[in-house]
Amino acid sequence: MTGAVIRWGRWGRAFWSILRKDMRTYYLKPPNISWGLLFPLAWTGMFFIRSGGVDDIRSLLPGLATISILFGTTSMLAITVTFEKKGRSFERLLLAPIPLELLMLAKTSGAILFGVANACVPVILAAFLVDLSTVAWGSFATAVVLIAVVSTFLGLFVAVAVSEVFEAQTLSNFFRFPMIFLCGLFFPVGDLPLLLQPLAWLLPLTYGADALHGAVHGGNGLPIALDLGILCAYGVGLFLLSLVNIRRRWIA
Amino acid sequence: MPDAIVAEGLAKRFEEVDAVAGISFRVRQGELFGFLGPNGAGKSTTINLLTGLARPDAGSIRLGGIDCTQRPRAAQHLIGVVPDESNLYPELSGYENLTFCGALYGLAKRERETRARELLDAFGLAEAAARKFGGYSKGMKRRLTIAAGIIHRPEILFLDEPTTGIDVASARQLRQLIAELHRAGTTIFLTTHYIEEAERLCERIAFIVAGRIVQIDSVEHLLQPLQGWYRVRIVSANGTSGLPDGLAEAFPTLAFSCPEPGVLEAEAGEPIRVGAIVRVLEERGIEVVEARRLRPSLEEVFVRVTGIATDAMRQERERAGGGR
Repeated sequence: MTGAVIRWGRWGRAFWSILRKDMRTYYLKPPNISWGLLFPLAWTGMFFIRSGGVDDIRSLLPGLATISILFGTTSMLAITVTFEKKGRSFERLLLAPIPLELLMLAKTSGAILFGVANACVPVILAAFLVDLSTVAWGSFATAVVLIAVVSTFLGLFVAVAVSEVFEAQTLSNFFRFPMIFLCGLFFPVGDLPLLLQPLAWLLPLTYGADALHGAVHGGNGLPIALDLGILCAYGVGLFLLSLVNIRRRWIA
Repeated sequence: MPDAIVAEGLAKRFEEVDAVAGISFRVRQGELFGFLGPNGAGKSTTINLLTGLARPDAGSIRLGGIDCTQRPRAAQHLIGVVPDESNLYPELSGYENLTFCGALYGLAKRERETRARELLDAFGLAEAAARKFGGYSKGMKRRLTIAAGIIHRPEILFLDEPTTGIDVASARQLRQLIAELHRAGTTIFLTTHYIEEAERLCERIAFIVAGRIVQIDSVEHLLQPLQGWYRVRIVSANGTSGLPDGLAEAFPTLAFSCPEPGVLEAEAGEPIRVGAIVRVLEERGIEVVEARRLRPSLEEVFVRVTGIATDAMRQERERAGGGR
């Protein structure tokens, strides 16, 4: 028992130090803060200006929150993981006596928090323009966190699969841009051509966006609990797949 | 007490190349063991295998008695690793880098802060503690990287080419630090392609060439075959590039060579009478300015054992930008 407590205490210190180091070194740097603010601000501003009224803003909010999280998280993983691997500082982490699962959770926690912070930007803007008292905040917050987790692990999966930062960014775009159109962020999946609809249901963000639509204006197609459950499954799957890739490519 | 490192039949293949081809060796507790070979010989791959950064295709590794092929992470708290490139975080200060590395090994806040200050003092970096690592000189970076490798007081320290690419003064300072760590009881596994460095620091040395260990012994034993071999070097002010007429005939038991213009070397299995050679040369109008016996060196042993000209190693050193 005492041994386990000591071990977890050591792991906890390592986890916290990695997270704090990443926050200081990457996420809290002025360029990233500005990117994290400006990008969602630009999207939100653009969409809200073009919106047709209060109802429109409500229906746009889930998509804007999702897109802010997606771009914020996936962009950062290319730096915190691919860049460090390229510069060999990641080896230092791999040599530490902590489980790989814990190490990768520490490396991705910063991105998850960054994604959640990104999602706050459109919410805060919307709060000035419309009444958000009817939003189911519990479901909304849970969905935001899970979207951040899944997007981060999607970014991790890409970051581990490549060797260069530019490759990570390029490969991320193959996932990111189609997802803007396919995942029901700004119009229902049912409005997509029939051929594309199965593809939309294969993408994790579809479930995240659906849950957010449900939480904000009741426009969900699936039960929110099911959406959240599927997001969890995607999160676990992508994380495990990334770990397999790390073991296969980096500790081969 | 178990050996610090035991490698048995270790093999690693990358595509068509046997990076490490079934090597076996043991490193005793507290020993400073050298792993010597040219670039691409398999030194870094061996370190990666031993430290858990790569998985062997075959063979077994025990560190401090722990089977690393079965439990690769279990032995990691026993080891410290200093890679061939300084891989600390340029955005963090020297002090922050050390405390961060201490935290990775689970050191409590007060302990890692005390240890970081202690190491910064010991490695002559106290004044640069608050400066960002990215702004350090190469020598300072290497010193801090070694400090980071021992922040958790590892029993076994892996040093991969520690003095490559740094200036003479820094290299000398690093060698002193390595010797001090060794005196303090740390087992050190040192890879290098600087033969003189290995000779100066290590107790035992393995020569690795093309993924295979071709010789492994103490420095004393490695030099043993050359103990009864004599070599003199004679330098002249006005010598030619060839062998002077009649010299070989005058000393039939000696083997002469001219490694460069104005330099003459003689080898024999018995003591060489340098004065007699000098007299013969001066009779032929050659003005001798220096004549001395060359002591047997590990470099010669390496050349004899591996067949690799040390010139090739020197060129690698120059390419790496290292100074001695």
